[in-house]
Amino acid sequence: MALLEVRGLHLAFGGVQALAGVDLEVHAGEFVALIGPNGAGKTSLFNCITGFYQPQAGSIRFRGRELVGLSPDAISRLGLARTFQNIELFRMMTGLQNLLLGRHSHVRAGLLDALLATPRWWRDEEAQRRRVEEILELLDLQVARAVPVGALPYGLQKLVELGRALAQEPSLLLLDEPSAGLTPEEKEEFLFKLQDVRDAFGPAILLVEHDLNLVMRASERVVVLDRGRVVASGPPAEIQRHPEVIQAYLGGGAGGPA
Amino acid sequence: MLQYLLNGIATGALYSVIALGIVLVYRTSRLLNFAHGDLAMVAVFLVWSFSRPLGFPGAVAVALLAATALGAAFSFGVLQQVKEATLLGQVVLTLGFSQVLSGAALVVWGADSKPFPFPLSSVVTYRLGGAVISQLTLGSLVIALVLMAGLYLLIQQTRVGLAMRAYSQDPEAARLLGLPTRRLLAFTWGVAALLGTAAGMLLAPVTFLHPYFMLTPFLKGFTAAVLGGLDSVPGAIVGGLLLGVMESLFAGYVSLRFVSTLSFALIVVMLLVRPEGLLGRVFQRRV
Ligand SMILES: Nc1ncnc2c1ncn2[C@@H]1O[C@H](COP(=O)(O)OP(=O)(O)O)[C@@H](O)[C@H]1O
Ligand SMILES: [Mg+2]
Repeated sequence: MALLEVRGLHLAFGGVQALAGVDLEVHAGEFVALIGPNGAGKTSLFNCITGFYQPQAGSIRFRGRELVGLSPDAISRLGLARTFQNIELFRMMTGLQNLLLGRHSHVRAGLLDALLATPRWWRDEEAQRRRVEEILELLDLQVARAVPVGALPYGLQKLVELGRALAQEPSLLLLDEPSAGLTPEEKEEFLFKLQDVRDAFGPAILLVEHDLNLVMRASERVVVLDRGRVVASGPPAEIQRHPEVIQAYLGGGAGGPA
Repeated sequence: MLQYLLNGIATGALYSVIALGIVLVYRTSRLLNFAHGDLAMVAVFLVWSFSRPLGFPGAVAVALLAATALGAAFSFGVLQQVKEATLLGQVVLTLGFSQVLSGAALVVWGADSKPFPFPLSSVVTYRLGGAVISQLTLGSLVIALVLMAGLYLLIQQTRVGLAMRAYSQDPEAARLLGLPTRRLLAFTWGVAALLGTAAGMLLAPVTFLHPYFMLTPFLKGFTAAVLGGLDSVPGAIVGGLLLGVMESLFAGYVSLRFVSTLSFALIVVMLLVRPEGLLGRVFQRRV
């Protein structure tokens, strides 16, 4: 059984059909790239999976559990984490605090424990910190630890957001254009860090990415979305030669004729 | 002079506790909770009613629990259910809640003033340097300081506190991260109600108990919150203490009759000179 199973997903905004029957699977530990022109529905798909948009039809199963109708916080507790096309960090908080906030669904000690500072609370606190330290180490984020993240350069903020998603210990990580706005060197570095992340924690990754070069090198499978439909899916080498892909990227696009 | 300062600090500490409840809600919901005082009033009446069957400590426990639950329930069951309500609409809802509470208190407990028995005496006094402080005042001061310290620890040292701060900084980002925002909001309202009730219990022995006994303290707490900055927790504490001391000095050296006017004048001056309050920050929405 696939980790994530999307079936016949439909989402419309007024007259705009953002998703027109999307089928998609991601298996445990798999690295899938999701590509497609602007307006294809990639972010909308992410928003449906994480509970921010309610699809009009279709189902989304995660570890066999239906996600449609669940709230975003319930979904994140199930082991799904994401980063955003526009960074959504707490800008006035430090890198460390942002990552700790990512741990919210893993806190075992209750409020009473916290107020009384019981041994259970200390143990829990320590475990949370250790996990966060591990991630800071892995992503080389020590510089961001005590600095309000709003003051960090853009590339670092992107990494903090990745770190915060990792802090949630997801079994599926959704990354929405994480390399957009990065310099070529930063992109390269981001790719390496993503490999490190997989080696260390082994989450499945669904990555939205426009840089085809990066996609071809990183992913095991590529899914092409165009006008709310999956038009192709397969290994990178195969997708590169796919007529629909060439069409979507070089011809049609969002505003083009059907 | 020392006496005035001491009185001012003791009263001011209670203003601070009330202000903290107002600020907590304002920080997370961006709205003024006009039911803050009335909820406390009802809870203090509960102490009064349950004191006989349960004894004072039992009644206090019941009232604190009830207030916390009521505050959380109002947030969760009313404010969060009217999804399309504007901020103004929500403020009106708190006004309505305030009316419901004071109406209920009138029906259940009547309009007459009742003495509120409290285990600390206002007759027994201690000497402190050149000043005199009653057992009740000293007790209130200590309890208020403990409450402030507790709230500080909750906000600064616990994970819930971190989430509360995150939510008040950027509710949208908190929702996007998948923080349990609805529960956080309800929790904040519960804590605010608890603080208000604690302050109410310390005030009732002095003011006597009737359905409108929290009105003036609420206005004072509100003034303190505006002085300190509506979104600042330390600001609420500073604002309350400052207001208490200024009132006490004003009453002592200028005029007792115009003390209430003082807090109104302070609000006006503050809004003119520094609208964000002493310790508040100018709130800027990202675009
Ligand atoms: N909240 C929304 N309201 C209205 N239309 C939206 C909304 N979100 C997405 N859309 C529309 O859905 C389509 C897909 O958008 P999106 O999912 O952002 O595409 P992508 O991420 O692939 O660029 C676009 O036509 C976009 O305008
Ligand atoms: Mg997008």
